Amino acid sequence: MQRTPLHPVHRAAGARLVDFAGWEMPLHYGSQTEEHHAVRRDAGMFDTSHMLAIDLEGAGTRAFLRRALANDVARLSSPGKALYSCVLREDGGVLDDLIVYFLREDLFRVVVNAATAEKDLAWLAGLPACPARRPRRDLAMIAVQGPDARAKTWQALPGLKEASELLGVFFGAQAGEIFVARTGYTGEDGFELLVPAAQAVETWQRLAGAGVRPCGLGARDTLRLEAGMNLYGQDMDESVTPLESGLGWTVALEGDRDFVGKAALRARPPARKLVGLVMTGRGGVLRGHQKVRTALGDGEITSGGYSPTLERSIALARVPIGAAPGTSAQVEIRDKWHAVRIVKPPFVRHGKPLHPDL
Amino acid sequence: MKHPDHLRYTRTHEWVRAEQDGTLTVGITHHAQDALGEMVYVELPEVGRKLAAEEPCAVIESVKAASDVYAPAAGEVMAVNDAVVKSPGDLNQDPYAAWLYRMKPEAGFDAGKLLEAAAYEKGVA
Repeated sequence: MQRTPLHPVHRAAGARLVDFAGWEMPLHYGSQTEEHHAVRRDAGMFDTSHMLAIDLEGAGTRAFLRRALANDVARLSSPGKALYSCVLREDGGVLDDLIVYFLREDLFRVVVNAATAEKDLAWLAGLPACPARRPRRDLAMIAVQGPDARAKTWQALPGLKEASELLGVFFGAQAGEIFVARTGYTGEDGFELLVPAAQAVETWQRLAGAGVRPCGLGARDTLRLEAGMNLYGQDMDESVTPLESGLGWTVALEGDRDFVGKAALRARPPARKLVGLVMTGRGGVLRGHQKVRTALGDGEITSGGYSPTLERSIALARVPIGAAPGTSAQVEIRDKWHAVRIVKPPFVRHGKPLHPDL
Repeated sequence: MKHPDHLRYTRTHEWVRAEQDGTLTVGITHHAQDALGEMVYVELPEVGRKLAAEEPCAVIESVKAASDVYAPAAGEVMAVNDAVVKSPGDLNQDPYAAWLYRMKPEAGFDAGKLLEAAAYEKGVA
């Protein structure tokens, strides 16, 4: 199994280590629930070094990315600005989701999922006029998230403050050897840091010293689920389109820009969509692959779990397109049907429940 | 002590305490709660339900997964621990205090056939 530069720190901290896409990663350091609350209420950090940053370099990079990505990098006019996008197949299936940063006119950086990194590299290389690609396995990634994340990051790493103090949401900047971006996967404010691998352990320990709590993949999953953020491989994959995955807002279909998958999306209006479900009674925990019954037909849960913030079970589910938020549906758990309410994700934003009437 | 000597165990990770009155108190082991992680949901059988030996009769769900709890013997459910339904995390805090249900085994049941602590630990090592 592959290991990140922070692996020895996780082991020394007594983390429960699990295989995630071929990487030995911390699931939790004792209590997944307390780690979750630390991010909602204070500050937590995640080792995300298994994800891959790829630098794309050359004069034609912007034009290439306008064809390769479903979202339009023409929207990136200020250096440092980031954009979330899917990479699609010709038939509209989702190959991966990523964040792309506009650094210079001849330098863009994409950050892709661990499990799909090699597939993405091969896919990009196979598209016409692909610019030079530089996989940045020399960089470790640490996500510092929570209402106090920025202040604690500056306390731990004062050298980052000047470059990141005025950083807008979804912007990144280079601060010495560290790239700091105001992005994340939790629904809270915070930073994602790209750090030279040799400095990863010291950076992590400084953050811990400033009171940032180490958090594992378990809390990362419940936090992103509450924040209504998709997980590639679970909520979408090559068999579905972004329009069927709650990601229509990331697809720039307007205008005459052509991109891989556009014709298929135009030709294939979605029959299904992704919604949120909240369990209204008792009966178990919503989990991936459970069957969903709505007034308009059947669907399936793509991700589910127990929400520590709401203290009830929540899920993302793919259901018939007309299924309306506010209506009820049923989910099958152990051969019994249980009532759920359909809601529009997210469930939690900046520490606050968004559907308090339930 | 992760798996106390005065209790008996099953291969399906229940602990069993034979009470003076002939009933059996059943819970899940330290090993089971540690492997499953933080508990968030517990479903217990109804009092009076007749159980077959090794029948799944309760469900525990952690942040990670759902898991069945099996009957160590054929018999009848006499009592359930509602406190653990309200507070599933008790199963992590102290799995031997947080019992799940108490049952009356059918005549002829021999608790001596269940595993001793050392044998159980050997199986999960």
